[in-house]
Amino acid sequence: MYKYDEYDHAMVAARVAEFSDQVKRRLAGEITEDQFKPLRLMNGLYLQLHAYMLRVAVPYGTLDSRQMRMLAHIARKYDRDYGHFTTRQNIQYNWIKLEDAPAILEDLASVEMHAIQTSGNCIRNISSDQWAGAAADEITDPRPWAELLRQWSSFHPEFSYLPRKFKIAVIAAAEDRAAMRLHDIGIQIIEKDGVHGAAFYVGGGMGRTPMIAPLIKDFVPLEDMLSYTEACLRVYNRYGRRDNIYKARIKILIHELGADEYRRQVEEEWAHVKSLGIDPPKAEFDRIAKQFALPALDASAPDAIDRSDPDFAVWVDQNVAAHKVPGHAIVNISLKPVGGIPGDAGSAQIDLMADLAEKYSHDELRVTHAQNIVLPHVRKADLYAIWQELDAAGLATPNLDLISDIIACPGLDYCSLANARSIPVAQKIATRFSDLGRQKELGELKLKISGCINACGHHHAGHIGILGVDRKGTENYQLLLGGSGAEDVSLGTITGPGFDEDGIVDAIERVTDKYLAERTEGERFVDTFRRVGMAPFKEAIYG
Amino acid sequence: MKLLTGNDLKTGFVTWWTGTDWSLHIEDAADVGEAGEAILAVEEAARRVNAPYIIAGEQTADGPRPAHIKDRIRALGPTVRPDLTLKPADPAAGDWVI
Repeated sequence: MYKYDEYDHAMVAARVAEFSDQVKRRLAGEITEDQFKPLRLMNGLYLQLHAYMLRVAVPYGTLDSRQMRMLAHIARKYDRDYGHFTTRQNIQYNWIKLEDAPAILEDLASVEMHAIQTSGNCIRNISSDQWAGAAADEITDPRPWAELLRQWSSFHPEFSYLPRKFKIAVIAAAEDRAAMRLHDIGIQIIEKDGVHGAAFYVGGGMGRTPMIAPLIKDFVPLEDMLSYTEACLRVYNRYGRRDNIYKARIKILIHELGADEYRRQVEEEWAHVKSLGIDPPKAEFDRIAKQFALPALDASAPDAIDRSDPDFAVWVDQNVAAHKVPGHAIVNISLKPVGGIPGDAGSAQIDLMADLAEKYSHDELRVTHAQNIVLPHVRKADLYAIWQELDAAGLATPNLDLISDIIACPGLDYCSLANARSIPVAQKIATRFSDLGRQKELGELKLKISGCINACGHHHAGHIGILGVDRKGTENYQLLLGGSGAEDVSLGTITGPGFDEDGIVDAIERVTDKYLAERTEGERFVDTFRRVGMAPFKEAIYG
Repeated sequence: MKLLTGNDLKTGFVTWWTGTDWSLHIEDAADVGEAGEAILAVEEAARRVNAPYIIAGEQTADGPRPAHIKDRIRALGPTVRPDLTLKPADPAAGDWVI
């Protein structure tokens, strides 16, 4: 894992001191809320429905046990004993007091964490594959490149006031576990003729105008990745719209210019940017990459798993993934117990996951965009002991990628932008489909719920998506089918008129029943939908 | 009726104008009539409230209630965590919200 150098420490410490002074001045009345708001947002502090909310960055979703324990400490000491893991691989606290914010940021800095650039029109936390460095199917670990982008984008003076927020994802596997093409820039590290390079997909995103990023350049040599990214940003910063917040994202610029013209302008800019020498020397990249070296794993560790406990076997089949090193596995911890709140974890649970990482996973954890937690480097021989501890803490729900593994934004229960509640709908659906046999019969089914058009719950990318809207002061839920955030990326289509809270649960049951009736051997829900189209599902839903 | 609401500057907690002060409890809220803007300006300048705004409300047998669901949830707390609302011991406390 990357460790801060003296520059990282100095930058974060300076920001903590600066923001502490700003808070002091705000509390003393020396600055107004209008003056203070952009300053607190630069430090991840929002004013939400019930209190201040602090969003803490977890770079590319990677953290160690010490950092995870600090997240538990903050939940316990400054919040209400829980945190909410988000679709940006971050964590949010919902009950922060303004007067405590400086102390929290100091605590975070002590473990090399912060809340910088988790809000505002800047480059946000870089996201990545939660299995990076461990996945059997990756061609390299994408995190050194994500870390390079983190360092480059932190306090980047040219990109601190972009037309709108900017999200970048970096992956290095054919399977897209990071919704890469639904980012402003999605970078996929690929291999061509034995050489690694980066494919650049630019102009994707969800929100009120969802778009899949087109391929802008199929192969950028990795040593030029930073300058090409800078060129992409420069063209956007120059021509992205600042007159209309709803048309300010890069996806709108590329849609209006056309991918070919945007590509031409980026190439022109890149020719100039490359001459500036911003791409790091190899020695500097190697210094970063070295810190992401695979831990010393014993490839001769036993590969067999004792599956004699049937509940354990069910969990292994659903929540454990292949590791690149024999005798090892990737453990996916579901934060989606039936009837629970997707992504929420209590401080004791967070501490337990930190303990397990320290004991069994070479001190590493990951946060996933699906609001779950990963232990990336686990010996297969330790799986049963891990499962027993998770089970005792309510963290062993065997539902990864099943219908109850629901992504849900905080919705109107917490968020001041939301139009409808997301969490109760997720709870009702998970309860309706609580029978594990029924869930497994349905197979992979990604259900995603947003409480407003901003799409933090990724509803456009759900095999089944739900969008909460306000219909004359009443919550109403639109149903979408056929989306995907994976390598088979697609945007969901609205089925028709919306439903109330109970109606949407019934509608989903009719949809899944129809899928079971229509599917052919080996078809996932989304495959069947793509084959048969909307009409039979619409008929099943509305009659 | 019209109600005046905002957040406490230090804690961020939701507050309601009572006619003389700010309260965490919607039951204490007062009808501000047409005086909302003037009260809001004075109270915000004095830092007794943060980001205040005026909302429509209605008087019920149990006291004033915000008209819109968003402010009803603000008045109670998250509907999915009754333990974190202002009345955690009362299972019926949120019946009027949705």
